[in-house]
Amino acid sequence: MPFQKILIANRGEIAVRIMKTCQKLNIPTVAVYSEADEDAPFVKLANESYPIGGKRVHESYLNMGKIIDCAKKAGADAIHPGYGLLSENPTFAKRCNEAGITFIGPSSRCIEMMGSKIKARQTMRDAGVPVIPGSEDAIEDVDTAVSFARNIGYPVMLKASAGGGGIGMQIVHTEDELVKAFESNARKAENFFGDGTMFIEKVIEDAHHVEIQLLADHYGNVLHVFERECSVQRRHQKIIEEAPSPLLNDDTRQKMGDAAIKAARAIDYTNAGTIEFLVDEKQNYYFLEMNTRLQVEHPVTEEVTGIDIVEQQIHIAAHKPLKWNQEDLQINGHAIEVRIYAEDPTTFFPSPGRIQAFSPPTGSNIRNEIGVQSSYMVSPFYDPMIAKLITKGKTRTDAIQILKNALAQYEIEGIKTNLPFLLKVIDHPLFQKGVTRTSFIEKQFLKEET
Amino acid sequence: MKEIVANMAGSVWKVLVNEGEQVSATQDLVILESMKMEIPISAEANGVLKELKVQEGDFVDEGDVIAVLEYK
Repeated sequence: MPFQKILIANRGEIAVRIMKTCQKLNIPTVAVYSEADEDAPFVKLANESYPIGGKRVHESYLNMGKIIDCAKKAGADAIHPGYGLLSENPTFAKRCNEAGITFIGPSSRCIEMMGSKIKARQTMRDAGVPVIPGSEDAIEDVDTAVSFARNIGYPVMLKASAGGGGIGMQIVHTEDELVKAFESNARKAENFFGDGTMFIEKVIEDAHHVEIQLLADHYGNVLHVFERECSVQRRHQKIIEEAPSPLLNDDTRQKMGDAAIKAARAIDYTNAGTIEFLVDEKQNYYFLEMNTRLQVEHPVTEEVTGIDIVEQQIHIAAHKPLKWNQEDLQINGHAIEVRIYAEDPTTFFPSPGRIQAFSPPTGSNIRNEIGVQSSYMVSPFYDPMIAKLITKGKTRTDAIQILKNALAQYEIEGIKTNLPFLLKVIDHPLFQKGVTRTSFIEKQFLKEET
Repeated sequence: MKEIVANMAGSVWKVLVNEGEQVSATQDLVILESMKMEIPISAEANGVLKELKVQEGDFVDEGDVIAVLEYK
């Protein structure tokens, strides 16, 4: 057994997901939960559960000291951080290791290096991975931003170096817009990440978002587990993801996989990670950022490769070598994931509240990842994603058909969800054809929005 | 009289006005916070804030009355 006991420093569907693999490996699990999550399914699923504080994340799920204390008290020798929350916090990784607890993820050094988007761009460029043309260093003030943008030409993408989830990020089309956006985004980034450093990238028009899943062990073995297409997004938040990408040809797939491996090697990366790229119609690809953690959309990769990514994370953290060579990995069939959000399907406003009835679809080639249950109170304190639905087919068309039937079967009462919106999106001819770009939702469904 | 209602469920993050205060049509009265989104609720008309029905930290449902405004 790689570990005696694993504490999951997360909540919702991903905590449940990680516990399932721990159960498969016969590793007991420890849950930590906030006051708002007392009745959550993940708390009951764990072998032991500890309350760690108030409803707001900084009172509980971001409290490193308390989480580490719980791990010690429970005798957990490893912590899985999931995604979001503390998963990409280099200090947390460091503090776990100092406490003699294995952080199931990369080294604190790698997290830090990739957490600064400016540093990440420099590292990747030096490693020979194509990056989006843009500023090499931090842009200190609005005047520098203006002169830089004049040089590369509008529109430009203004980004926060510490950014994530679209915060501090904005496309600007004119100098006026840039002047206005620079200060406000820098301030936003300062508030959210404690770092207001900004940089500028050229806008890659009509790009696809395609990312490569990586696995890297402590013995220099780095594998890519192919790509995921994540172009269906709203406000830089992914909604639908699939594997393989309908865009890539075999040659580009190979090249992007090799580039991702090169990127991981350049920083001596270990554990699971994802390199995000923007890809244009001519199959040119550019490094966007690296996520040094498990991705929300990892199940589509698992479905088409048969690899349990969480299991590999645990083995790698326990210093086991990867058991495959690159040639051993293959894509079989096609998988699509939709994210189910507690939100109004027309206004997209959050819709917390009590779930009266919850009945997910069942059947072959249907996989559910669920963080809630009937009579559960979806609290306003956390992310609106309450579940994920993944379907698999021999072909993309099969996977879409199964997904459509499954979505029609899904019953959630008591709160509003995006289920009707998801059905509209997968019925759209551009989605059916597999030619959606990152601008798809905005252009086809939110025409009145900017 | 006009009732100002919440357009989403969430908690009251900030109250920006006091009872008795003169408010203008576009002025934000409170900011609701839900699932990482902040939504300001504005006055919709010029008037005096007759009654404030929430305080910071309260949970409101969609459609709950947040404030009562008296037209001027």
